[in-house]
Amino acid sequence: MHKLLDPKKYPRGAWVGIVLIAVALAVLPFALAGIGTAWVRITNLSILFVLLALGLNIVVGFAGLLDLGYIAFYAVGAYTYALLASPHFNLHLPFWVILPIGAAVACFFGVLLGAPTLKLRGDYLAIVTLGFGEIIRIFLNNLSQPVNLTNGPQGITLIDPFRIGSFSFAERETIMGLDFTGPVKYYYLLVLVVMVVIVINLRLQNSRIGRAWEAIREDEIAARAMGINTRNMKLLAFAMGASFGGISGGIFSATQGFISPESFVLVESVMVLSMVVLGGMGNIWGVILGAVLLSFMPEVLRYTVGPAQERLFGRMLIEPEVIRMLLFGFALVLMMLFRPAGILPSALRKRELETVEGAE
Amino acid sequence: MTEQDGRLTLLSAKGISKRFGGVHALSDVGFTIGHGEIYGLIGPNGAGKTSLFNVLTGIYEQNEGEFIFDGQPLTGLKPNDVAERGIARTFQNIRLFANLSALENVMIGRHVRTHANVVGAIFRDAKTRAEEKAIEKRAYELLAYVGVSKRANSLAKHLAYGDQRRLEIARALATEPKLLALDEPAAGMNATETASLRGLLEGIRRDGTTILLIEHDMKLVMSVCDRVLVLDYGKKIAEGSAADVQKDPKVIAAYLGGEVSLNLKGAA
Amino acid sequence: MQLPGGRVDTFLQQIVNGLTLGSVYAVVALGYTMVYGIIQLINFAHGEVVMIGAMTAFTVINALAGAHVGLPPIAIVLAGVLVAIPVCMGVGFTLERAAYRPLRNAPRLAPLITAIGLSIILQHLAMIIWSRNPLPFPQIIAVHPYHVTGNPDGATITNVQIAIIVTSVAMMAGLLALVYRTKLGIAMRATSQNQSVAGLMGININTVISLTFVIGAALGAMAGVMVGTYYGIAQYQMGFILGLKAFSAAVLGGIGNLAGAMLGGVLLGLIEALGAGYVGDLTNLCQLSSWSDAIAERCVNDPNLTLFGSNYQDVFAFLVLIAVLIFRPSGLLGERVSDRA
Repeated sequence: MHKLLDPKKYPRGAWVGIVLIAVALAVLPFALAGIGTAWVRITNLSILFVLLALGLNIVVGFAGLLDLGYIAFYAVGAYTYALLASPHFNLHLPFWVILPIGAAVACFFGVLLGAPTLKLRGDYLAIVTLGFGEIIRIFLNNLSQPVNLTNGPQGITLIDPFRIGSFSFAERETIMGLDFTGPVKYYYLLVLVVMVVIVINLRLQNSRIGRAWEAIREDEIAARAMGINTRNMKLLAFAMGASFGGISGGIFSATQGFISPESFVLVESVMVLSMVVLGGMGNIWGVILGAVLLSFMPEVLRYTVGPAQERLFGRMLIEPEVIRMLLFGFALVLMMLFRPAGILPSALRKRELETVEGAE
Repeated sequence: MTEQDGRLTLLSAKGISKRFGGVHALSDVGFTIGHGEIYGLIGPNGAGKTSLFNVLTGIYEQNEGEFIFDGQPLTGLKPNDVAERGIARTFQNIRLFANLSALENVMIGRHVRTHANVVGAIFRDAKTRAEEKAIEKRAYELLAYVGVSKRANSLAKHLAYGDQRRLEIARALATEPKLLALDEPAAGMNATETASLRGLLEGIRRDGTTILLIEHDMKLVMSVCDRVLVLDYGKKIAEGSAADVQKDPKVIAAYLGGEVSLNLKGAA
Repeated sequence: MQLPGGRVDTFLQQIVNGLTLGSVYAVVALGYTMVYGIIQLINFAHGEVVMIGAMTAFTVINALAGAHVGLPPIAIVLAGVLVAIPVCMGVGFTLERAAYRPLRNAPRLAPLITAIGLSIILQHLAMIIWSRNPLPFPQIIAVHPYHVTGNPDGATITNVQIAIIVTSVAMMAGLLALVYRTKLGIAMRATSQNQSVAGLMGININTVISLTFVIGAALGAMAGVMVGTYYGIAQYQMGFILGLKAFSAAVLGGIGNLAGAMLGGVLLGLIEALGAGYVGDLTNLCQLSSWSDAIAERCVNDPNLTLFGSNYQDVFAFLVLIAVLIFRPSGLLGERVSDRA
């Protein structure tokens, strides 16, 4: 029997669950569109955050390298796409050419950032990566002179959407009787990308490379003593994480149609890091959950807290944005104090508990 | 390659010195270890034993002197290269990968002898899958060898102390070392555990791995070591068979300050 | 930027500005370095404490100035300071007690993330209390420039700048006296070198650590007032960049090392002032006009083709930080932290 159909390894219940989730995912955009197209866009942004969190999970979760400037790779990917597919330089390369380039450029920056930081201890590494992130943002903001590379704070507009032949991701079409708006089309693309990224992450985690990363995270000296080339492994972690960030950035550029340095500020790096921390570092499903929660929260807040305050106090005492950040800060502190391992228990712990009980 | 008691030399050290600022951790230390020996390294606290380990395994670089291992110099090698050459170690304060399972700890020991890279990890081709299976199988074997297989899926930090020490040995063995360097493996063990450890060490030697052993438990040292090196204040004060060393007045003086004679009955 | 007095005066002016800015960085850096030296934690929230000091003081100062009570400006500023210091000390104490103490033995990541969270909380609480609008410093002090050289068009140093430098020096001297001449100072130094042994010697570690935070916060409050006075405004976001720069200064001088923090602060201030002043001129591509016709043509109309202008000012602090951490991680004067294996 094929191992996928083996009822002991994949019990009936799991299959039902998977089918339900697949159906829900397939139907979601149309359900959301019923509430408002904005929610499809919000969902897409959320999925992009999931991608970012999964990418950072490689660096922080697997390898234990505290990167506080991860958003820089997102920015690099986004700007690479924007510069190669917009009126800015009048280049209009197709997305399947640009995305790999974006990944490669981001990868290059990842190695550039990683190389000098290899010997730094945890908190210093955090500061240096933070500094790099900020430096990249400042450059993006200022490289409009003497040569206009990035158009400075105004950003780049009229970015091309993804196109395959005559099929454009930005156009609204009716296919098989269903209304496919631009965001809906991007949604399915993003779901596909996320699934691929999840599979890649799962495979990386359960591989020789993934174990080497986790060894470095747990005890670098012991890892080295066991023959792991920690320098190369760390650079690899940075490079892979950066590449994922770069690809996500490219997709972000296309879905928005417009980018500016404002989207790539420090708070976004902290946000992605929090998603990884909230989810439980290294725990892929936890990280996804953390990303979904943290990216939907501000939207939910905006739609509930605002009107609630109006009703209770007659006016807006505290803007939803401020409440969101306050809650976010408290969440970070409380998580570290009371549940540092993340909201989902680690699968390893579960396995451990099962075996201990089984063996007794 | 000189011969020592009929054995070929595996590791020879000459003139090893290491200074930390004004502190002379090691001064002109030299010794040889033959293939298949269990070689002890003893000395009072602060004598430089762990420093010698650290210099041998590349964590520090010696100021002077040279190690020749299996015919090749070890100068300037980083710790991961030293492991690749065939020297694996355990640590005085146990450095396991605490939040990983015992099985994963040993599997990581296989890293240096396996080859799968990122591409293999992502695409899981047949060769990679075969390698992964072999890694897991070997890890289970080693866990059984040291007697920790019941706890294969427990997190390393949840293991009992004695099991942790054994796990660390299993992990080191996974690197297929020619020389296994153990830093106080019996620390904190009671008599039963120590006897069991002795059996394990003798088994490891029987199966072809040479052992270098730092220990404070004199009964264990005298009963299992073929030859012993004694350090005091970073200097070598004696090297020879266990029986000879235990009678050496310099050694007794180093441990006890010179007055009392030590009555060490070698364990049966 | 050139002073009419000439290049020497321009240079001197940058030095004056750099020293002033640097003294403030030094005082803030002391807060970071003391905490790192004693518990190996980068107190991300320290910048926010400085901000709270500035905001609190400004509130008091504006209230007094607006009430036209007739107090001399010095008294008004002093009143602001006297309110700000205990407020900041309270904040510092709370942070340590509530968030850092429980995590003292946690892996390093936890207190770091907590610090970031606290920084976010404090910033937004400040936004709620004081709104996004900057608080101005009221026009109560007559700013009096003194000429550094005889040249009336040359470099000047104002009374405010002098006051800042003098106050900073006084605080640094006071702190050094505390750490090296008092029993508490010995306790602090012992705790930072080896916490467990210090505890065994009868030192109350918790008290010492709390006091370290509180003293650092008090210094931060003063620094906040000085910064606010110098720039004329205080705003809820001022703590972040200032904090980062002060931390860079602490690392530059050697983390955990008090003298290092002072040296680092002053140096960073000078680097920033000189950098901002000169980088525009140094990277003015028009200087290469004789090498390239294209540039020469462009520069005929506009003699400014600067590659890196003073808008890159903030980058300097980051670059200094990164360079130090890569090339000389123990800093200029060497770090003073315990062995945390």
